[in-house]
Amino acid sequence: MDEILEILEGINPDIDFETCDTLVDDGILASLDIVSVIAELSDAFDITIPARDIVPENFNSAEAMYAMVQRLLDD
Amino acid sequence: MLFTSYGFIAFIAILFILYYLIPKRFQWLLLLCADVVFYACAGWQGLCFMAVTVLVSWASTNLMGASLRRQKETLSSPEGKALPREERRAIKKAAEKYRKRIFVLALLCDLGILAALKYTNFLIGNVNAITGASLASVDWVLPLGISFYTFQTVSYVIDVYWEKIPAERNPLKVALFTSFFPLLIQGPISRFGDLSETLFSEHKADYKQISFGLQRILWGYFKKLVIADRLLIAVTAVCGDPAGYDGAYVLAGTLLYAAELYADFTGGIDITIGIAQVLGIRVKENFVRPYFSRNIAEYWRRWHISMGTWFKDYIFYPLSVAPWLLKLSKKARVKISDGFGRKLSVYVSTIVTWFLTGLWHGAAWNFVVWGLLNAVFILAAEEFKPVSLRFREKHARLVSGFGYRVFETLRTFLLLCSFRILDCYRDVAVSFKAFFSVFTGGRWGELFSGGLLGLGLTSADFAVCGVGVALMFAVSCVQEKFGEVRELLWKRKAMAYIAFSLLAIIILVFGAYGVGYDSSQFIYNQF
Repeated sequence: MDEILEILEGINPDIDFETCDTLVDDGILASLDIVSVIAELSDAFDITIPARDIVPENFNSAEAMYAMVQRLLDD
Repeated sequence: MLFTSYGFIAFIAILFILYYLIPKRFQWLLLLCADVVFYACAGWQGLCFMAVTVLVSWASTNLMGASLRRQKETLSSPEGKALPREERRAIKKAAEKYRKRIFVLALLCDLGILAALKYTNFLIGNVNAITGASLASVDWVLPLGISFYTFQTVSYVIDVYWEKIPAERNPLKVALFTSFFPLLIQGPISRFGDLSETLFSEHKADYKQISFGLQRILWGYFKKLVIADRLLIAVTAVCGDPAGYDGAYVLAGTLLYAAELYADFTGGIDITIGIAQVLGIRVKENFVRPYFSRNIAEYWRRWHISMGTWFKDYIFYPLSVAPWLLKLSKKARVKISDGFGRKLSVYVSTIVTWFLTGLWHGAAWNFVVWGLLNAVFILAAEEFKPVSLRFREKHARLVSGFGYRVFETLRTFLLLCSFRILDCYRDVAVSFKAFFSVFTGGRWGELFSGGLLGLGLTSADFAVCGVGVALMFAVSCVQEKFGEVRELLWKRKAMAYIAFSLLAIIILVFGAYGVGYDSSQFIYNQF
C-alpha cells in the first residue's frame, strides 16, 4: 500500500490519496493521470493491467488500486 | 425522414399513441417495427448493412458468452476443481484465445463495413495524390447513421468480450439496441448496459415523464428551427466564399458557426432524449453546458460526452496499456530520459485517439488536422500544468475571482472556434488562410456598416437569433446554478404551461421554414 501511495504522490503531490475515495468520480484524477498511474503500477509490480480493469471503481482510491494490484498479482 | 419534417412529427405522434395502447409486453417490438420503417425511408441498402452488423454482433457475443459459460462450468465442476493449477490455467487460456478470435473477427466485420463505405474514397484520393495514379472513386451508399450505430454495436461487442455485461440471447433485442431510431441521426452513442435497463422494459404512461419529454422535444425544435437553421444561411455564405469573405468576416462566420453548431447539435439531442423520455426510455445526457468550460480537456468532458467516453474507454485506455507501448515507454526511460519515458504512453495514446476522433468526424484531412490540434493543445496544457499551478498559487485571489473565470471561459471558447474553422471550410489550406486573414485582412468597418446584412439574413433575423442565443445562455446559467429548468417549472405548472405554449408559438412564427428557407439536415448526421 505504501508503494502505491508513493507512486500516486509522485504523480500529484497536492492530492490527499490516503483519504480520498472519489478520485475518478470527482475528476481529481483525469484520464491522462490514470494512464500515468497505470504505467507506474505496471512497472513497479510487474503486472499487466488489462483495459477491462480500467474502470472508475478500480481507481477511485489508493485502496481500490491496491485491491486491483493484489488481484492481478494473484491471477 | 428528417427530424424536422412533418412526416417525422406524424410518425412519432402515431408511435406515442400506439406505444401506450398496445399490451406493454409488445412495446419494444413496436419500437423495432418503428426503427425498420424509419430506416427503410432512408433506403433499403442501408437496412441490409445494418442487418449484417446486427447479425455479426449477436452471433459473436453469443459465441463468446457460450464459451465463457462453458469455461466457468468446467472449472467450477468437482472434476475441474480437482485439476492441477496449470491445467486449469490452460483451460482458461484456451477459452480466452477462442473468444479473442471471435472478438477480432466481429470487430473486423463491423468496423470493416464502416471503413469500406466511409473511407474508400478518402483512401483512393490519397493514393492518387501520392502516386499520381488515377483510380476512379467509388459510388457507394453511406447508410444513415452508420458511424453512430457501428460505434454503439462495437461498444456492445467489447463490453461482452470484457465480461462487463452478458450477451443478449434475443437477436431482435440486439437489433433494437442497434437501430433505436432517435439515436440513429446523431447519437448519443449509448452503451448496452445503460440503454437496455429501460429499452426492453414495459412502460406505463407517466404524465410527468411524457410532459418532460414533450417539453424537451419542443426546446430542441426551438434551437434547431429558430436559431440553427437561420444562422446556417449566414455561415454558408461566409464559408462558401472564402475569397469574398475574409478578414473580419471569418471571425463573424466562426462565431455564428459556434452558435449554429451548438443549437443544431444540442437541439437534435434534446429531440432525441425527449422522444426517448416520452417512451419511458432513459438516454444518457450528451452535453453539460460545454461553452462554460475553462480548458479544452474540460470542454471534451462536457461536449458530445458519449463520443468522448467511447474513444476514452475503447481506444485511449486500451492503447495506453498495450504491452508494446508500455515496453516502448520503459525503453525510452532508459535510453532518452526518465521524464520522457514516463509520458510516452500518454503522448502516443492521446495523439492516436485524437487522430481517430478526427477521422470519425469525416474522411478528410481537415478533420484529421482538427483532431490533432485538439491533441496538441491538451498535451500542451498538461506540460504547462506545473507553471499553471505555480501561477495559481501565487495569484490565488486573482484566479478565484469571477473575472478570471470569464477570461478562461472566453479563451477556451475562442480557441475552439479557431479549431472549428477547419470544419467550416473543409480544406486545410483554405482554413489556415482564413484564420490568418482575421489578423491581416481587416474589413471590420465594412462588416459593421451593412456587411453582416449581406450574408442572407435581415436585421430581424439577426434579432431573432440574438434573442434565441440569449435565451439558451440564460437557460444554461439557470441549469448551472439551480439544476433542471423543467423541474423548477414543474412546481409552478401554470408558468410551465405559459412558457411552453409560448415556445410552441415562437417555433411556429419564427421557425426557419418559410419562403426561401429549407429545413436542413442536422450537422452531426453527416458524420
